[in-house]
Amino acid sequence: MTAGSPPPAAPAATSPSEPARLVGEDATAALMLGDDALILSHRLAEWTGHAPALEEDVALANISLDLLGQARTLFSLVGNEDELAFLREERAFHNIQLVEQPNGDFAHTIARQLYFSVAQEIRWTAVAGSPDCPTPIRELAAKAVKETAYHRDHAWEWTLRLGDGTDESRTRMRRGIEVMWRHTGELFVPIPGLPLDEPALRAQWLTALETVLAAATLTLPEGPDADAWTAGGGRQGVHTESFGFLLAEMQHLHRSHPGATW
Amino acid sequence: MTTAPPAEQRSPGPSELERAFDAAVAAEERIEPRDWMPDAYRATLVRQIAQHAHSEIIGMQPEANWITRAPSLRRKAILIAKVQDEAGHGLYLYSAAETLGVSRDELLDKLHAGRQRYSSIFNYPTLTWADVGAIGWLVDGAAITNQVPLCRCSYGPYARAMVRICKEESFHQRQGYELLLALSHGTEAQHAMAQDAVDRWWWPSLMMFGPPDDRSAHSAQSMAWKIKRHSNDELRQRFVDICVPQAASLGLTLPDPDLRWNEQRGHHDFGAIDWDEFSQVLKGNGPCNEQRIDQRRRAHDDGAWVREAASAHAVKRRARATEPPGPPPAVSSPTPRHAPQNGATTT
Repeated sequence: MTAGSPPPAAPAATSPSEPARLVGEDATAALMLGDDALILSHRLAEWTGHAPALEEDVALANISLDLLGQARTLFSLVGNEDELAFLREERAFHNIQLVEQPNGDFAHTIARQLYFSVAQEIRWTAVAGSPDCPTPIRELAAKAVKETAYHRDHAWEWTLRLGDGTDESRTRMRRGIEVMWRHTGELFVPIPGLPLDEPALRAQWLTALETVLAAATLTLPEGPDADAWTAGGGRQGVHTESFGFLLAEMQHLHRSHPGATW
Repeated sequence: MTTAPPAEQRSPGPSELERAFDAAVAAEERIEPRDWMPDAYRATLVRQIAQHAHSEIIGMQPEANWITRAPSLRRKAILIAKVQDEAGHGLYLYSAAETLGVSRDELLDKLHAGRQRYSSIFNYPTLTWADVGAIGWLVDGAAITNQVPLCRCSYGPYARAMVRICKEESFHQRQGYELLLALSHGTEAQHAMAQDAVDRWWWPSLMMFGPPDDRSAHSAQSMAWKIKRHSNDELRQRFVDICVPQAASLGLTLPDPDLRWNEQRGHHDFGAIDWDEFSQVLKGNGPCNEQRIDQRRRAHDDGAWVREAASAHAVKRRARATEPPGPPPAVSSPTPRHAPQNGATTT
């Protein structure tokens, strides 16, 4: 966890020894996965001070920090982390649309967490074990899989509590998984540079979801998760309306002081 | 809130229990939850620990205000971690209060109803990014000055919570200082931003030590009970003396024309504090009083259905676990795997 790690004594915008940078498809892969982590981290951090219980302020901030750490590592494989986060336009972000969805109520957030963290754990496990994936991404995956298991566990437990809690929580949780479902089609779209068996990963994901949802007295939504009316295009830089506002807020201060060091 | 009656009014003569309590306090022993303690001692501790816990969780707001706008990823990570620490401090302190027989829910209800206070400092707004640094340097700095002596407080659970909290607070203070240092040595606009923040936060930080000694309602009794170790004015002076050289190293000025070293006293003299402003903010007329408590209430009210669901689910799990010929309850306890992060408040 990154929560208590001391900051370096001097601002560390660029490392003195230039790290090996990924290029081509490998860089695209790092950027796509880094953008997912950065944007979801941002959304989760929006909960800080607004969570339903203090324990959740702590937990959601913790998950947000883990994801921010993943994003920073992945960005450092491609270029300067702050330039990548603060100076790209909306169309240059490659995160899937699921992670940029507004928090909604707690059930919406948990549904988004459930879909994403189960998928991310499956993906990091696969990347860590695949010799065909770029080495620095594999190394990150091997570390990240441990914290991602905790994120999945958090989402899993809350899915059970909300699904199998009160009538109101069940209604809200069912609505959450339905609303977020249409954004899940992008989770297993092949990522350039990461030669993985995506349909097999998706099958694993579906099995895991069916298990937890059944235990939570819920079922997988029936609507399509790809094509037709569903969302998609995040990997190509096509985002949803709320994303522009997220970036405006996130980038405003950094962009207002060009070249400044923070 | 009531002040403790003087000891001689409580009963005709000190009982055996009272004598033992007084002797333990005098001998610098810790009072523990199961020990007998005077009602007024308990009430004073509850009031103080609750106010402290409430300050931690209300204090999350002015800083969380900047999380989504933090200007670098490194600063963003530091800030999220800091606000998370404050939530954690709230948890330790509510737990410390629980050892005195009051529940977190009870205390939160009192906060939301305006019947218990939090530190007035958090009723000031964070208007620029530099305010995050000024809060770290000045507000956390003042808090540490206040809190380090509390690590020796006579009540054990509070003293122990404070040891852990002070470690993290001093870390926050250094981060705030370092943030301001970067701004002060940055562009002209950044330097101006840092100076403006210090100008706005300096006086409210001095007010954090509470009213002057001759006007402090709770001080004398709290010092006799060794809950409190130094007077408000002593601690305020200590803080000013620490800050003056630090401001110089930062390249920033403190907004007080009367601030100067007094050779005779061996301390810095400083200007008069505007106690009218302090009492106005305390009465609820500060810039953000309403906003802070509204946000707190909203988070609590909006989260009610979540906490109810967690409780209902826990009951269902327990019921399933005890269905005959179910396993013994201890085996299938509904405790989440990652306590405390996963645990909801059960009411």
